[in-house]
Amino acid sequence: MFGMRVRIALAEKGIKYEYKEEDLKNKSPLLLEMNPIKKQIPVLIHNGKPVCESLIIVQYIDEVWNDKSPLLPSDPYQRAQARFWADFVDKKVFGDAQKVCSTKGEEQEAGKKEFLETLKTLEVELGDKPYFGGETFGYVDLSFITFYSWFHAYEVLGNINIEAECPKIIAWAKRCMQKEAVAKTLPDQKKVYEEHVARLRKMFVSE
Amino acid sequence: MASSAMVTANQLIIMEELKLFRTWSSPFALRVVWALDLKGIQYDTIFEDISNKSSLLLQYNPIYKKVPVLVHNGKPLLESLVILEYIDETWKQTPLLPEDPSERATARFWAKFGDDKVLPSIWNVFIKQGKDQEEAIVTAQENLGFVERQLTGKKFFNGETIGLVDLAFGWLANLLSVLEEVCGATLIDHEKFPLLLEWIQNFAYAPIIKESWPPRDKLITKYQAHHEVYTSKEAPK
Repeated sequence: MFGMRVRIALAEKGIKYEYKEEDLKNKSPLLLEMNPIKKQIPVLIHNGKPVCESLIIVQYIDEVWNDKSPLLPSDPYQRAQARFWADFVDKKVFGDAQKVCSTKGEEQEAGKKEFLETLKTLEVELGDKPYFGGETFGYVDLSFITFYSWFHAYEVLGNINIEAECPKIIAWAKRCMQKEAVAKTLPDQKKVYEEHVARLRKMFVSE
Repeated sequence: MASSAMVTANQLIIMEELKLFRTWSSPFALRVVWALDLKGIQYDTIFEDISNKSSLLLQYNPIYKKVPVLVHNGKPLLESLVILEYIDETWKQTPLLPEDPSERATARFWAKFGDDKVLPSIWNVFIKQGKDQEEAIVTAQENLGFVERQLTGKKFFNGETIGLVDLAFGWLANLLSVLEEVCGATLIDHEKFPLLLEWIQNFAYAPIIKESWPPRDKLITKYQAHHEVYTSKEAPK
């Protein structure tokens, strides 16, 4: 999800790069050298120097390749708004979604309620704009759209209907999916769900 | 005649409206105080009572209902690190972030690491007891170790002058020792954290920074009350 944000940003700007898939159970020495503190992906290595944390990487990309497809607005107040909402996505969507996917019973019910409230808050912020960024796809859109490939999984595991609850969010997501950079990067929703279930099954079998 | 009319026009342009909603103790709001003061920006302060938040604060920050909120010409800004970047982009004197994108990314990383990892791990030491606290101390010191190494060869995290990362870690220079005193655990000592201790001295007594520290005795009382709540909930192990 977080690595995808960087790949969408690079695709939007037409930047060529080398992609190295990591096995998180067997991290490469290069990854551990470039991100010794968090030991996580994504890491962007540019001219030998590492940049870590997906949203920090996206801002870096926007600042270095500033001649094409700006991701953040140029006005400082609009930029602050964009940073606030991307931070909100990071703080709320990820945590809430995890509760939907990996808890049961009362805890899951509470998690579902929070998750849908979070989506509704985002829906209000989106309003009638085509994108969170306004007329064009931008920083907030990028930070949130990567969760879209998990929507089917959230719906099945949580027994919720996101389109019924937040139709504008689904409409926005479909609009984003029409962009080549997004469509090429996001995995298929059903595939994501099946891989998640397969992972869970493996965990139970090995226990 | 012409020159005084010009002076009047200039004065009208300069008079922007800047209001900071804060509490006396919030380390996050303090970051914003420092940023504005370092840049010599004039602003009004509204002190909030957390147990009785003003309707204005709730109107400006309905999502998190927290301080700090900076209102610039009627437009609210939320989240201290977001506010700091806004201030830096709007008022260019005394820059808080470097110009180079790679260095900016590094600064943002450390500010985030402080809030996401260092602070919660130290809070964990504060609220836990016995064996749980011992384990929490190990994690907190690991995180502080990363921070210590960042100061190698530098007076401040930003180099020769105070920057965004220094402001983000500002709470280490006052609140950390308060928490240590109240919960009875020592996290940083001269043997393991000489650079951090030196930074604390340099930062705490730096001009502008030193004007705004909340009173220590009041902080001790406040956190003693917090500590009692947490330690009465948990059975000692």
